[in-house]
This record gives sequence, structure tokens and C-alpha cells, in this order.
Amino acid sequence: MKDKIAKWTLLVIAFSAVLALLLITFFIFQQGVPLMFKAGLKNFFSTQWSPTHGKFGISSMIVGSLMVTFGALLIGVPLGLSCAIFLTEFSSKTVQKNLKPVIELLAGIPSVVYGFIGIIVLVPFIREHIGGPGFSVLASSIILGIMILPTIVSISYDSLLVVPGTYRAGSLALGATKWQTVTMVLIPAARSGIITSIILGMGRAIGETMAVIMIAGNALKIPHSILDPVRTITSTIALELSYSVGDHRMALFACGTILFIIIIILNIIATKLTRRT
Amino acid sequence: MTRLLLLPIVFLLTLFVDGCSPKKKSSITIAGSTSVQPFIEKLADQFMAKYPGIKIDVQGGGSTAGIQATFNNTCNIGTSSRNLKQNEQELKTFLMCYDGIVIILHKTNPINDLTEEQIRAIFDGTITNWKEVGGKDSKIIPVTREEGSGTRGSFEDLIMEKKVISDACLVQDSNGSVREIIATTPQGIGYISAGLVDERVKAININGISANTENFLSHKYKFMRPFLLLTKDAPTSNVKKFIDYTLSTEAQDILKKYGLISIGIKE
Repeated sequence: MKDKIAKWTLLVIAFSAVLALLLITFFIFQQGVPLMFKAGLKNFFSTQWSPTHGKFGISSMIVGSLMVTFGALLIGVPLGLSCAIFLTEFSSKTVQKNLKPVIELLAGIPSVVYGFIGIIVLVPFIREHIGGPGFSVLASSIILGIMILPTIVSISYDSLLVVPGTYRAGSLALGATKWQTVTMVLIPAARSGIITSIILGMGRAIGETMAVIMIAGNALKIPHSILDPVRTITSTIALELSYSVGDHRMALFACGTILFIIIIILNIIATKLTRRT
Repeated sequence: MTRLLLLPIVFLLTLFVDGCSPKKKSSITIAGSTSVQPFIEKLADQFMAKYPGIKIDVQGGGSTAGIQATFNNTCNIGTSSRNLKQNEQELKTFLMCYDGIVIILHKTNPINDLTEEQIRAIFDGTITNWKEVGGKDSKIIPVTREEGSGTRGSFEDLIMEKKVISDACLVQDSNGSVREIIATTPQGIGYISAGLVDERVKAININGISANTENFLSHKYKFMRPFLLLTKDAPTSNVKKFIDYTLSTEAQDILKKYGLISIGIKE
């Protein structure tokens, strides 16, 4: 009897998570999709965003989100992956024991703190030494790149760690150097874990809002260089939600819908890629 | 096992309990413009000290939301930092004070004076270098507010006229963060509420008229917007008490102290 109660209670709890997800999905689409058709898809995918004047083009934000995310990966993936390789293959146990918690601690820093560091340190540095207003694709990419490091490091680390020791031994026995072992045996063997880490990092980067609002500059124009300001989908929603009414609010939900679709597409690509091993 | 199950049940129950805590009697809810909010909060504090029986709850949300809330009766008093549109005229309005919109630059910028046309051209993207308006040879970085903001709306009405703010402008979501960017960016230009100008930025003259209290009071400085209090029906009891208080000499002096332009009391 008790077992039955426990089983059913846990089932309800398990389904409540799925139910919440379904409700959110339903709600976002229900609020967002009507506007896309009301405004017309041509209007919706133009580059003119001025929702209080009936212009709902979100292309520049889609481009902005993708640019910033791609930039973050460009910085975060090589750094994170090298760090994971160093920790598993080239460092002593003591270094591992001390360094890994420190990197994981990065994940615990609130994003507003990252944004603040960006405004105080990075933005003036870029403005004075590289050019442009400082609030830029570059600044956002660097900050987001650092923010996704813990995700990439810890998941890649775990997946490199579970590669069977016999693989390493075999490769070394065949006369491969340590570096050859890493690039030709370990990384391919840990591939699915590494890709998962990149996807999760990408998810964090594309969904990050606070830090990006603070350092991206949020200009609506599509950036022509990495020193230009940029507006992402998430920052538009956060910037404008508090004042929006009517169609404007619906347009922000439509932005959410598009973000949702982009993330689903990325996830599908990721699962496809990992399965092909 | 049963004890384990108790935990989530208790947790769920607390959610319900929170929803039905009793409301205090005689409270006033004020909602609307985020520009008006900090000043109303100060007046509300003074008011509550005077009348301990009345509780005032001040919320933000923006002018448009405040107007909507007044229509729907979800607040007792709405606030707006812009004039009412044609279809909003039915509400009872009380002019509390005026607020100047001032143009701010970085401290080191040599420019002290711009004409209305120059400001318009800077924000619509026609002028992009400080050299063109008599400054150093460097790119202009204009900072604007987000779509839907009352301050942006007033700036568009008062200065931009029919021109559209360029999409190359940086966008920030509060007076404070616009000021922060201008304070740290030598090439920046932005507009904020006069009450929020501080020593880290420089407020410039428009058409040769400086943004000071004297020019505000004489209405020589044109770029001012009203701070309105709104009610759906003619105010009664506590609501009336509060509105009367905001128009009293005491309250108007407080507003003046924070850089707003009092409406001038008829005693």
C-alpha cells in the first residue's frame, strides 16, 4: 500500500515537470504566434523593429543572438576543452583536485556580476585600445565565453575521464606520443560528451540575458564588425517587457517563440551529431 | 516513507497559505510611470508618517500600464509621465509637477550648447561625428531608451518631432543606466530626466537655453513633460487626501528639492 502511494506520488511529481514544460510551450506559442500572422511574416522577419509603430522585424536580433553565441563558443570551446584535456591527461592529482572546484565555482557567480565586470573592465578596455564604443559583440562574446567555461570544462572532463584506461595504454604501446593519444584516441572516444558540453554551453550563451544587456549596447542595427554594438533576442524581451502592452507585448512573446525554435533546432542538430558515432 | 512524503505536501500547502493572507484596510495602490515612481515613493513615505492609518503601495510598470490599471480599477491612482492620448481622455487627471528632459554629455566633452536640429540629427543618425557640431574629431555614441519607455516617448514628442531615432543608438532600460554610460563614455550623448542629473555628467544648453530651475519655472526651457496623477472617477476619502497632499506646499517643496518643477501653488 505504502509502495503504491509512493509510486503514484512520485509519478505525479515527475509528470509535473513535464506538464510545466508543456504549459510554458503552449503559453509562449499561444501568445506569440498570432502576432506573427497578424503582422505578416514579411514584416516579422524584416530588420525594422519598432513595435510601438507597427514594425515587428526581428531579423537583426536573430543575427545578434547567433553572432554573440558563436563568438562565445569560439572563445569558450578551445579554452574549455584544453583545460579539460590538461586536467585529465597532463596534470597531477593535486592540481586536478584544486583546479576543478575553482573552475566549477565560476558557474556560481551570478550573471549580473559578469556584466558588471564587463562594464567596469572590458568595455573601457576595448573602447580605448581596440576601438568602437566598447559595448560590442566582442565584449559580449568574451564574457559569455568565460561564462560557459565551467559547463564545457566539467562535462568534457567527465567524459574524458571515463574513456577506458586500456585505450590510453594501447595507444601508447603502439608508439603514439601523449599528444597523438589525446587527439587521435581520447577526443574521438569522448566525442559525444564533448559535443554535449558544447551544446549545453551554447544553450547557456544564447539564453543569457542580464550580462548581455549590460555590455552588448543593445543597438538594433545589424553589426558590421565585432566592435559594433548588438541586440540579442533575450535582451529585447528583458528590456522592453516591463513597458509593453498590446501588440508590443505579443511581439515579445513572438521573440520568445523564435528563441524557443532556435534552441530546439540546435538541440536536434546536437543529438543527431552525437548519435552518428 | 510517509514522513518523506509529508515534505512536498507541506511545501505545496504553504503556497496556498501565502495566497490568502488578509489585506490591510484603507490602503491605496499607486501604479504607473517608473519616472514618477521614485518621487511618489518619497511623498508616500511622508504621507504615511502623517496619516499612520493609511498604507500606500507604490508600483512601477510604465505610464501606459498605469493608465490601463486605472481604467481596470487595479490601482487607485495611476501615474503617467506623458500626456494622455485621445482615447485615454476619460480619466481624471491631476498635474503634479513637470520634469525637464535634459541632454547629457561626458564631463570632458568641450561642447556646452546644441540646437534642437543638431540633437535631432545626432539621434536620427545624420550627424555621426562630434566634429560636425564643433567638437573633437571622434565618433558620436548616442544612447537612447528602449521602445515603450515614457522618457523615450517624451523625447520623441519634444525633440525628435517626426524623425525616427536611429537603430545605431545604444539602448538602455533606465535613466540610471543611460547616465552611467554617458559618465564613462567620452563620446556619448544621452537624454534623461532633469531630476536625475548628477555631477558625473554634464547637462547642456538647448538652443542656448540652459537647463536650470529658473528656466524650468518660467517655461523658457521647452523640453518638459508633465507628471500626472490619474483616477477613474472623482477622487474620494483617502485617495483625495493623498492627491491633495501631493499638491500641497509641503509636497511640492519636496519635489522641488529633487529637481522637479513644481506647478506653483495657489494658496
